[in-house]
Amino acid sequence: MTEVSMTVNGVSVGGSVEGRTLLSSFLREQLGLTGTHVGCDTSQCGACVVHVNGDAVKSCTILAVEANGAEVATIEGQAAEDGTLSVVQQAFQDHHGLQCGFCTPGMVMSTLALLKDNPKPSEAEVRKYLEGNICRCTGYHNIVRAIMAASGQDVAIAAE
Amino acid sequence: MYEFEFETPATVADAVAALQGDEAQALGGGQTLLPTMKQRLASPSRLVSLSGIAEMSGVSADAGTVSIGGATTHGAVAAGAGAYPALADLAGHIGDPAVRNRGTIGGSLANNDPSADYPAAALASGATIVTNAREIAADDFFDGMFGTALNEGEIITRVNFPVPEAANYQKFLQPASRFALVGVFVARTSDGVRVAVTGASETGVHRWSEAEAALSANFSASALEGLAVDADGMISDLHGSGAYRAHLVAVLTKRAVMAAG
Repeated sequence: MTEVSMTVNGVSVGGSVEGRTLLSSFLREQLGLTGTHVGCDTSQCGACVVHVNGDAVKSCTILAVEANGAEVATIEGQAAEDGTLSVVQQAFQDHHGLQCGFCTPGMVMSTLALLKDNPKPSEAEVRKYLEGNICRCTGYHNIVRAIMAASGQDVAIAAE
Repeated sequence: MYEFEFETPATVADAVAALQGDEAQALGGGQTLLPTMKQRLASPSRLVSLSGIAEMSGVSADAGTVSIGGATTHGAVAAGAGAYPALADLAGHIGDPAVRNRGTIGGSLANNDPSADYPAAALASGATIVTNAREIAADDFFDGMFGTALNEGEIITRVNFPVPEAANYQKFLQPASRFALVGVFVARTSDGVRVAVTGASETGVHRWSEAEAALSANFSASALEGLAVDADGMISDLHGSGAYRAHLVAVLTKRAVMAAG
């Protein structure tokens, strides 16, 4: 077992992990942060996307020991302490960017990574960036609408 | 996944030392190795992470060469290899953004997946693969599906790409895996044209010598008229037959030549 410590959503945390413990497992099972979802566990679906040192990564495909000492951000850190949703979360709600909600934590974390580098993405750029996030409910249109709205842009999109 | 020891060396020398002994395996970004270990297709007793080795990370360019540390992520190459636009563009289309934030050029080349993108770039560019022990020309590096000239415990520390006069990579995406169903990299230099094909052959990445000869004489898509690729020895699976892949090789080569200009 290896002792790891990291900052998760601004809080210093630590724990004892095996080498093979995935970051997704550490977050969910040891820290109880079950907002990070594991869909495919094969780095295809993107439900488990979190940020490590500011970069979006698939937490099912990085070891907890690889995140030792890192700044980690998960979906739990996005809303305000009083429960007020972040701009991106609120846009997903307003534009019905989720149905079952399983993919939503990864969608929101990927969106935050996109908007950090590209604050006003085109619709095509949004769709391209979300190639690694799979949703089986919405057909993506409302997710794209939500992201256009969250970036302060017209939500009308061409493809219907 | 079976349990293993985990090492995080800070220097190449320490990494080489940690890789001595049976069942030790270097870990780049883990985007292929970790899924492989989950499936228990690999079960190293020790993983040696290369991501903390500062001398193996980063992109630099000078005197017509782009030099990339072996532990540099695809995302960093996409952002930092502007001196070789075709290479930066290729890196920016590997996997998806989250995968590109972890996966590394050294990991991709060392794995030599027959459908990976970087092997085509290295082979077409005539890149030099630098390891802890030696320098290996790309022509001597790739050795069939998942095979390379690397010895046990040998680490790709750097890859040096001579920047061609013109180059382009055309990838026919396999949308589920995000690997190339077929990919063709064309590079034109003062010494001639090199064409490298990934995703197609059962022998892995390879050069298409007939196209190279035709394009070296006349660098235009019309020079490829009448050239066909033999379907024998092409990968055939549920995503496409060997004949389909052979057809794609010719189509993508023409597109790459047109895009390279």
